[in-house]
Amino acid sequence: MTGLAIETRELCKWFGATLAVADLSLSVRTGEIFGFLGPNGAGKTTSVKMLLSLVTPDGGAGRVLGQRLGDRETRRRIGFLPEHFRFHDCLTARELLRFHGRLYGLSGSDLDMRIDRLLARVDLLEAADRPVRGYSKGMLQRTGLAQALLNDPSLVFLDEPTSGLDPLGRMLVRDIIAELRERGTTVFLNSHLLGEVEATCDRVAFVKQGRIIHEMTLGESTAMIDVELRIGPIDACLLEGLSSFGTAVSRSGADMVRMRVDSDAALPALTRWLVERGTCVYALQPRRKSLEEWFVEVMGEDQRPG
Amino acid sequence: MRMFTAILAMAHLTLYESRRRRIVTAAVVCAAAFLAVYATGLFFIHREQVRTSMPFVQQQATMALLAVAGLYAVNFLSILFAVLLPVDTLSGEIDSGVLHTIASKPVRRADIVIGKWLGHAVIVTGYVLALLLGVMLVMRVVVGPVPVRPLQALPLLILEMLLLMTVSIAGGTRLSTVTNGVTALGFYGIAFIGGWIEQIGGFVGSHAARTVGIVASLISPADALWRLGSYRVQPDNLRNIGAALFATSSIPTTLMVWWAAGFTLAALLFAVRSFSTRQL
Repeated sequence: MTGLAIETRELCKWFGATLAVADLSLSVRTGEIFGFLGPNGAGKTTSVKMLLSLVTPDGGAGRVLGQRLGDRETRRRIGFLPEHFRFHDCLTARELLRFHGRLYGLSGSDLDMRIDRLLARVDLLEAADRPVRGYSKGMLQRTGLAQALLNDPSLVFLDEPTSGLDPLGRMLVRDIIAELRERGTTVFLNSHLLGEVEATCDRVAFVKQGRIIHEMTLGESTAMIDVELRIGPIDACLLEGLSSFGTAVSRSGADMVRMRVDSDAALPALTRWLVERGTCVYALQPRRKSLEEWFVEVMGEDQRPG
Repeated sequence: MRMFTAILAMAHLTLYESRRRRIVTAAVVCAAAFLAVYATGLFFIHREQVRTSMPFVQQQATMALLAVAGLYAVNFLSILFAVLLPVDTLSGEIDSGVLHTIASKPVRRADIVIGKWLGHAVIVTGYVLALLLGVMLVMRVVVGPVPVRPLQALPLLILEMLLLMTVSIAGGTRLSTVTNGVTALGFYGIAFIGGWIEQIGGFVGSHAARTVGIVASLISPADALWRLGSYRVQPDNLRNIGAALFATSSIPTTLMVWWAAGFTLAALLFAVRSFSTRQL
């Protein structure tokens, strides 16, 4: 179990006659930023709720932070930001965080210091003593994010954390996830925004109709890289030489060549060869297959995220 | 210790939140309006009694009946408050998702239910107490000493409201807010009609009707508590001549009080159990 923050085997959940999650088997490594992707109704939120004991699985087994699902003490080390964070709107952000801190068993000056630090981190220090009923959706979401980090968690579940956030808010979430990565915190991220996922996650799983249908490490997701070169002069000898570095070499303009290489590792040698033979290199642009393209390919054309 | 921390945090949140809730404001306004109408009415009736030099015993009897009528209004307002205040505390927060961040913390589901119960119990008890003391104060200021003992009814009224409040909380673990409100008031409706059937059955000497009423009170013991309370409040002379309001021919026994207390506890245990297995 060591090294795994989450491990599940064949978890399933029925709501009446509807199968919400079927055979959910996944492993999330400690310290990993894990993206859980899928279209609406794919069972992503239900899966998170099972991992958080909000919903009881109808079958299968799982462990979170080394303990069986449902273990209450384990939740002391877990943070959770639900998709639509709501709370009693008469409270101020500070009161709200104090309440949640007490549920974690925190109190006194330690709690107050954590609250101040987190309010500053999510840019809410100025609004901290106003009732949250006057907050924008983005401010509420940032309050929820601070709430999810109150206990310095080892594992954080973020369900659509950037929904309702403006570009600056999204950048803030991205930065916070990067900080969590540095601290060694495991992050389980549910998101529709594939660009966000691509920018933050180490590994992703695609879920469709309650089943994981594909998993991949983002660094390795593009084993084959398309490269666009702006070089000159271009002649047959140059094109033949480029063929020794990759495949599908084709001229696409007066000074443009496209080709495919096996991995990033081929690029320095390719550049060195071009420079050494006296070819002018104006631009060399590797083009990875975007996560969105992967998503469409894995899910099928009819399952574009809504 | 940690368990109590979560319960107290939930109770504190419930109390804090209630200060800003409109239902509390509305209940306080209604209570104030009731006391104002009651005081005005008493004033004119008492003035008329003095003007016509009504015999003292008759004056006292009339005032005792008016005191019980005032307590009946206290009972009615408190019932609505006890049922409706917590009617959405679980169902509403399940629907809005507020409970997702609470129940995913290292707390027992039982802590959430008991904490909310405790918070609401303090508010409901405070409301009953304020209304009852309000009636006593109005009586004292407008009329002077009256031969009734409202404090005798206080523990029974509080138990009645806690019972109804607990049923309302328990219903919220499974039912939607509106369905729960209708069901909880319907639950009181059984007690209400059962009480009257028991009284009238006793009055006309129908043993069967009395039994139906008692069975209804066992199913829903709220009204029996009120009837016993109102009986204890009234002066002996009214009781002796069988003129005690609401409890003339069939007086609930102390056993019914224990039954109601046990019922409340059972409803709370049901709420805990039901919420513990609720899929959020």
